[in-house]
Amino acid sequence: MNISMELLRNFSSVGAGASREFSYPFTRKTKQRQLSFVYLSRTSYSFKSCSATLSLTAEVEEKPKLDVDKAALLARELRKTFNSGRTTNYEWRMSQLKSIEKMLEEKENDITEALYKDLSKPGLEAFVAEISQVKSSCKLALKELSRWMIPEKVKTSLTTYPSSAEIVSEPLGVVLVISTWNFPFLLSLDPVIGAISAGNAVVLKPSEISPATSLLLSNLVEEYLDQSAIRVVEGSVDETTALLEQKWDKILYTGSARVGRIVMAAAAKHLTPVILELGGKCPSVVDSNINLQVAVRRIIYGKWACNNGQACIGVDYIITTKDFAPKLIDALRYELEQFFGKDPMESKDMSRIVSSSHFARLASLMDDDLVSDKIVLGGQRDVNQLKIAPTILLDVPEDAQIMQEEIFGPLMPILTVEKLEDSFKIIQSKPKPLAAYLFTDDEQLKKNFVQNISSGGMLINDTILHVATDGLPFGGVGESGMGSYHGKFSFDAFSHKKAVLYRSFNADASIRYPPYTTQKQRLLKAVINGDIVSLILALIGR
Amino acid sequence: MEELENSLGKLRQCFRSGRTRSVAWRKNQLRAVLKLIHDKEDAIFEALQQDLGKHPVESYRDEIGVVKKSANYALSNIKKWMAPKKQPVPLLFFPSKGEVLPEPYGVVLIFGSWNFPISVALDPLIGAISAGNAVVIKPSEQAPACSSFLANILPLYLDDSAIKVILGGANESEQLLQHKWDKIFFTGSPRVASQVMTAAAKYLTPVTLELGGKCPAILDSLSSPSDMKVAVKRIVGGKWGACNGQACIGIDYVLVEDKFKSTLIEILQKYIKKFYGENPRKSGSISRIINKNHFERLQNLLKDPFVADSIVHGGSLDEEALYIEPTILLNPPLNADIMNEEIFGPLLPIITVDNIRESVDFINSRPKPLAIYAFTKDETFKRQILAETSSGSVTFNDVLVQFLCDALPFGGVGQSGIGRYHGKYTFDTFSHEKTVMQRAFFPEMEPRYPPWNDFKLKFLRLAYEFDYLGILLLMLNLKR
Repeated sequence: MNISMELLRNFSSVGAGASREFSYPFTRKTKQRQLSFVYLSRTSYSFKSCSATLSLTAEVEEKPKLDVDKAALLARELRKTFNSGRTTNYEWRMSQLKSIEKMLEEKENDITEALYKDLSKPGLEAFVAEISQVKSSCKLALKELSRWMIPEKVKTSLTTYPSSAEIVSEPLGVVLVISTWNFPFLLSLDPVIGAISAGNAVVLKPSEISPATSLLLSNLVEEYLDQSAIRVVEGSVDETTALLEQKWDKILYTGSARVGRIVMAAAAKHLTPVILELGGKCPSVVDSNINLQVAVRRIIYGKWACNNGQACIGVDYIITTKDFAPKLIDALRYELEQFFGKDPMESKDMSRIVSSSHFARLASLMDDDLVSDKIVLGGQRDVNQLKIAPTILLDVPEDAQIMQEEIFGPLMPILTVEKLEDSFKIIQSKPKPLAAYLFTDDEQLKKNFVQNISSGGMLINDTILHVATDGLPFGGVGESGMGSYHGKFSFDAFSHKKAVLYRSFNADASIRYPPYTTQKQRLLKAVINGDIVSLILALIGR
Repeated sequence: MEELENSLGKLRQCFRSGRTRSVAWRKNQLRAVLKLIHDKEDAIFEALQQDLGKHPVESYRDEIGVVKKSANYALSNIKKWMAPKKQPVPLLFFPSKGEVLPEPYGVVLIFGSWNFPISVALDPLIGAISAGNAVVIKPSEQAPACSSFLANILPLYLDDSAIKVILGGANESEQLLQHKWDKIFFTGSPRVASQVMTAAAKYLTPVTLELGGKCPAILDSLSSPSDMKVAVKRIVGGKWGACNGQACIGIDYVLVEDKFKSTLIEILQKYIKKFYGENPRKSGSISRIINKNHFERLQNLLKDPFVADSIVHGGSLDEEALYIEPTILLNPPLNADIMNEEIFGPLLPIITVDNIRESVDFINSRPKPLAIYAFTKDETFKRQILAETSSGSVTFNDVLVQFLCDALPFGGVGQSGIGRYHGKYTFDTFSHEKTVMQRAFFPEMEPRYPPWNDFKLKFLRLAYEFDYLGILLLMLNLKR
């Protein structure tokens, strides 16, 4: 297809038609392929297909199971590496980061394929949401690391005169990164990049719910990175539990609040600091004074084009005014068709639901008596393909299950209120979410929203993008998490900021030492307050 | 229990009403803290004298002065701290605004400690108020005079619909921990800290834990005798001068080369005498042990016969007066309790090494301490200590003063703690830094949206490289 035609199509105000030519950046192998099952704990299967008999034979390869003893051994081994100083120097960190960069160049197709296997993630989404982000992180670290590693000089006051002071960033030691299944590649490597740039040894535990990516990560890390300091442990609950029994110098966990609690409690035993990247019901408040088409496209981008709703920062539900809701729903209907075609179940541009248990969970949210008659769009499902069509529900009751838990799927409830300010109370009655979105032209409403809604982050007039901006920290608050990372914040997250004060032997003030006299007391008061006038007065005996 | 529920409910309501968020409210509360400190200075001296036998100069230096300084610092800087911090946003997203806006967590819980019962309660309080939170302080029951002081006096000066003091012991602490807090700030021992964090995990409450550790002082060879004198003077001040060894950043033990041990002991003795006279107990310039439990704990450290044998100075105890003489030990056995737990008392072990560089390995074989002190003029050694050891902080050629440096974060690592405070860091520790980004409706970037195709992929590849020229060429159909 001629590029200029593409150009016209892409930059016209309204897209035309549903069928277009496109090609994927990878070719799907139809012959022998590796399939992995969900809940792969310690075995991997490779299948050979025989077209004659249409049968599959499985070869089972038993991987050694990681129990508490093996986990302890692993932690000890990495600690030895760390203590040797290997990971602390600049050259090592840069070499690992460069290897990651190389890996991303050389294995892009493998990564895209694994993401497709795990989530039917469209190639472009895999590129934009995962691969490019990791590439950016890596590039940023490579470019800035030498600057990040420089100690930060700080000002000292009269109180400690004469002195100089600085804050030195040092690695924490051996850290554990526990990742999740929805952006399995990004959420595994992004923290690992931060940990490496800060000079730590790392253990990565990818999610078993995205087994192809988990296996790929295990192989790639082994192939490209320093095995004495960076390791991947595959597995599920047992393996994670064994890992959590060990002492780590920091744990970064991405996942659900329920498991977040378990991770923090386990960390408490060793006084290990944690970063918890959780989720929540991220609301999107929609005003009527907006460019409706652009807003709707951005909402769709932040819901169905983003791993089909399975994203911690995806739009969970919408709040708008009663008057505006019909227009909003019409616009959503129209744009959804532009994006995914008349029959979204056939669209190749939408990820599937990750597993049958999540599918069942979402189905039960839809089948709930309280909401089943509120569906105004969509509702179709295909359990074999693990596909659910973009579904919109209008005015679901607050006590329906769909409003009680993070949806994490392609169901979009729309709540209506009399006036938009009422939406604040609804949002505040729920646990603080990871992100909150607002579409409006009203400056006062924007101000009120920013001041009064507490969330990990917020974005006005768009969705998702704030986490793709390096200068902005990414993290939650309350139930949506603690701590943050991205960009330099990742380096900081995995560093200990050590305070260093340099003093000299000169000017030793005897007022510091006993025996304590009134004169000393006066002088001390002045010095502590950094108050030159009082100091002079005290010195001359007043 | 019900009363507690009610109190907490009211605090939460107060926070929700937005009362604690205005700059005016925060500044008023900070001014009230200053007034309190000013008006009740004598009462505070009295309470500290009662709980710990602290001399007013020590009390001023370590408690009142610290709180005054913090409150003044917060007052001058609060507007700056509250302002959103603008962050650069890539051109690709133009026009966009990105910033990080600090907001209060909500209702926070501060656990005080008994060794600096006023400053360890009020210094974090100042930060919590500056950040706009509602606060509950739970002072340590082991310092009863100061706890009562806080419970009785704070409500007279501060807004008690938003700031409360709750008294009690382990039971009350446990009850408090069963409730949901938006942040917990704890100063104390690692053992209790672990329990606090476990309780916090139930509600995913972020914590700051200020613990302790065995803070070593490394004494290198100092060629100038006057430097040596100053160094040892500071060591004496850093051991017995701050609550008589009962301080998280106090010197726990000293590492010195074998050939200097006699000189060190001699000068130590000289300055102990100079500071505290022949009979330190009568000097009035040295705090006493907080209570019988801790007295017995310290007494037990000395019971080990090999440890008792290593005493070269002091060693006398008076249970009634809860007094232990400044005691110096030379090379007690390394497997004795005194070398494996934080001493938190007036016993100073001196550990000798053949070469001072060995101190690095010695320190690294123990949990990371809150502070490392090193008296040396050797720049290479300084760099080695910095690079090869890990601790909350490192201070060269002095002790304790890093505490007074508002620009330096004060906190531990590993067993010595999680998080940090002092100066702006206190404000930060009680704030959630919320990312706020704003975009406009125009221009639109079509390649963001499905259906996906090759062109969009090409565009996005260039976008991620921030290859604006490439994008331009692509759009003009000039890119291959």
